Amino acid sequence: MHRTLAIIEREMRRFRRSPMLIVMSMMMPIVQLVVLGYAFGGNVKHLKVAVVDQDHGVPAVRIRELAGAVASGNHTFDIVDYADPGDALRDLRNGVVNGVLTIPPDYSRRVIGREEPKVALISDNTDSFVSATLSATMGQVVGSLHEPVKTSARMSSEPRLDVVEVYPYVPYIQYLLPGSITMSIFMMVMIGGGIIFIDDKARGLHEGYLVTPITKFELIAGFNISGTIRAVIAGAFLMVIGSIIAGVPNPLDPMRLLRLLSVITITSFALISMMFLIMVRITDPLLPRAVFGVLNTVLYFPSGAVYPQQGFPAWMQAIAAVDPFTYAVHAFKSLLLKNTGFDAIAFDLGFLAIFSVVSLGAATMLFRRTL
Amino acid sequence: MLAIDVRNIVKKFGDFTAVKGISFEVGSGEIFGLLGPNGAGKSTLIRMLTTLLPPSEGTALINGFDVAKQADEVRKVIGVIPQAMTSDLELSVEENLLIFAKLYGVARERRKRLIDELLEAVELTQWRDKQVRNLSGGMRRRVEIARGLVHEPKIFFLDEPTTGLDPVSRVHVWEMLQRIKAQRDLTVLITTHYMDEADKLCDRIAIVDHGQLMALDSPMKLKASVPGRNVLEASFSGITGDWPDVLKQLPEVEDVTGHDNVFRVATSNGPVTTMAMLQTAARMSVSVDSLAVQSTTLDDVFVHYTGRALRDTLQAPAAQDNPFMIRRQ
Repeated sequence: MHRTLAIIEREMRRFRRSPMLIVMSMMMPIVQLVVLGYAFGGNVKHLKVAVVDQDHGVPAVRIRELAGAVASGNHTFDIVDYADPGDALRDLRNGVVNGVLTIPPDYSRRVIGREEPKVALISDNTDSFVSATLSATMGQVVGSLHEPVKTSARMSSEPRLDVVEVYPYVPYIQYLLPGSITMSIFMMVMIGGGIIFIDDKARGLHEGYLVTPITKFELIAGFNISGTIRAVIAGAFLMVIGSIIAGVPNPLDPMRLLRLLSVITITSFALISMMFLIMVRITDPLLPRAVFGVLNTVLYFPSGAVYPQQGFPAWMQAIAAVDPFTYAVHAFKSLLLKNTGFDAIAFDLGFLAIFSVVSLGAATMLFRRTL
Repeated sequence: MLAIDVRNIVKKFGDFTAVKGISFEVGSGEIFGLLGPNGAGKSTLIRMLTTLLPPSEGTALINGFDVAKQADEVRKVIGVIPQAMTSDLELSVEENLLIFAKLYGVARERRKRLIDELLEAVELTQWRDKQVRNLSGGMRRRVEIARGLVHEPKIFFLDEPTTGLDPVSRVHVWEMLQRIKAQRDLTVLITTHYMDEADKLCDRIAIVDHGQLMALDSPMKLKASVPGRNVLEASFSGITGDWPDVLKQLPEVEDVTGHDNVFRVATSNGPVTTMAMLQTAARMSVSVDSLAVQSTTLDDVFVHYTGRALRDTLQAPAAQDNPFMIRRQ
């Protein structure tokens, strides 16, 4: 045991004197949280819509008035008048406008004659977000034109859906925070347990250990416990700072912090065990750097950290099912966004514990006490 | 009891045999040198003796313990300085020693005393709180030597401890090793490719080449075993193909080696052979571009036993000398 403690002491002394490691492992998750949080969290606004009115009748003017109301109301789009549909389409292709709303010459006549009046929205569907937003907003505008004034009975006989939201509004930056905490743990594990571990091996530092009477188990325990401590520090730091940045209500609730810390600890242990398993036979210092980006992508995006897993294809859901990030992110979401107790995260903790044991067991079997 | 007893030890990496059945014994308290160029198998041999690599065949007993079957017992009695600088750059000099003392389970009181003594011995007491990254290469090597002795081992293995150091630092390390050795009951096995180092430090030397033991004796006896008391090293121009034979016919000549127009002539009487060589060269219209007469050195011993100059091979590190090029089994 004293030899394991010696390894931990060595690793922690080195960690304390490597401020760049600490900064680097915190920097990316925080930057990602802030940039992605604000980049994806907002509503699409000020899209440019070309309106080509070839009718000029009263119903056409009404469409333009309603569209103008949207433009000056929630600013989803701004209107630019075009006389020539050819010019409007050219500007659409050139990216000057995002959509073209064409009111055809017989629109008013068809409205009055009730002969299926139509207006056309030609949108730039290379950007599906913009295209979908325009279609939805324009659909509402056109749909509201011909709704008859409702005179509803006091007691309606039609079924109605009332939506009740259980939790207060969750901004996207808060939705991202669980993934960012997991990412900060992963960064520390990747740099400390991956890159530095292999660099030490390549420099011959491990050779120094291997000639001492330390046992294989003591050595592995020393590496893993020190790696877990470093990752817990990173995760805890991001939990506090990230909660403040994202505006999580009551971020310093001690009971929640305690529960979060338990998830951070088990996640750290699971990820360092996984990293040790990946690195146990690697000796080339370039390899951890090369797999860094791939691992990051394969673990982070399928986890549901940025997008619900229900939207994934089957193969990606299969990755998500064995991805430790999935369970860490789910547990952090439960605690941070819903403030649940241990009941809601018991399965996550169980999976991460089993994942740790399996990874560490496999790594221990593969670890060689000789060069 | 012998400190080191190596019997017919072999190490194979796939089809490549790095060490081909070497046997030798090292007595307690001896400084034993393994001399050979890079790729000779020295580092592979030292790694087998320090339990870092399992031997493919043969046995090695360290202080009576088998390196393959009693590895933990071996590790307790040996101190090892690997070829690469392996001290922790972020830790201080004292912390480097402290962590290793703890890894060896040295008790707290003994730890303090040993670290103080060793820092004094390697003349780093005033640097004890400095991070190793701030020290020169020679000082870092001294930290590692102290680190390797922090548990008072009986046998000390040093794998090319002075490689990469400047001449002043090299001499400093030699002096320090001799001083430490004089103060302790210590057996030392050192590998090197510096002839002068082996000559000054070692009680006995084993010359290793291509994984085989080519010669083993004290530096003095090894030098005496080489033909000739003097060596003439000369370069010529205008020579013909039979020039080596001409040199061999000169009086007192015992051996001639060389390539291109540079020759080493071993002779039992330097002045007589030199005079005869100059006269013969003048008679045959061969000009002598340079000429040096010297006593036999370990360089000559090496050339004699391996058939090549040590420096010829220094630039070509072999796979088994790089721990991370070793094919894992």
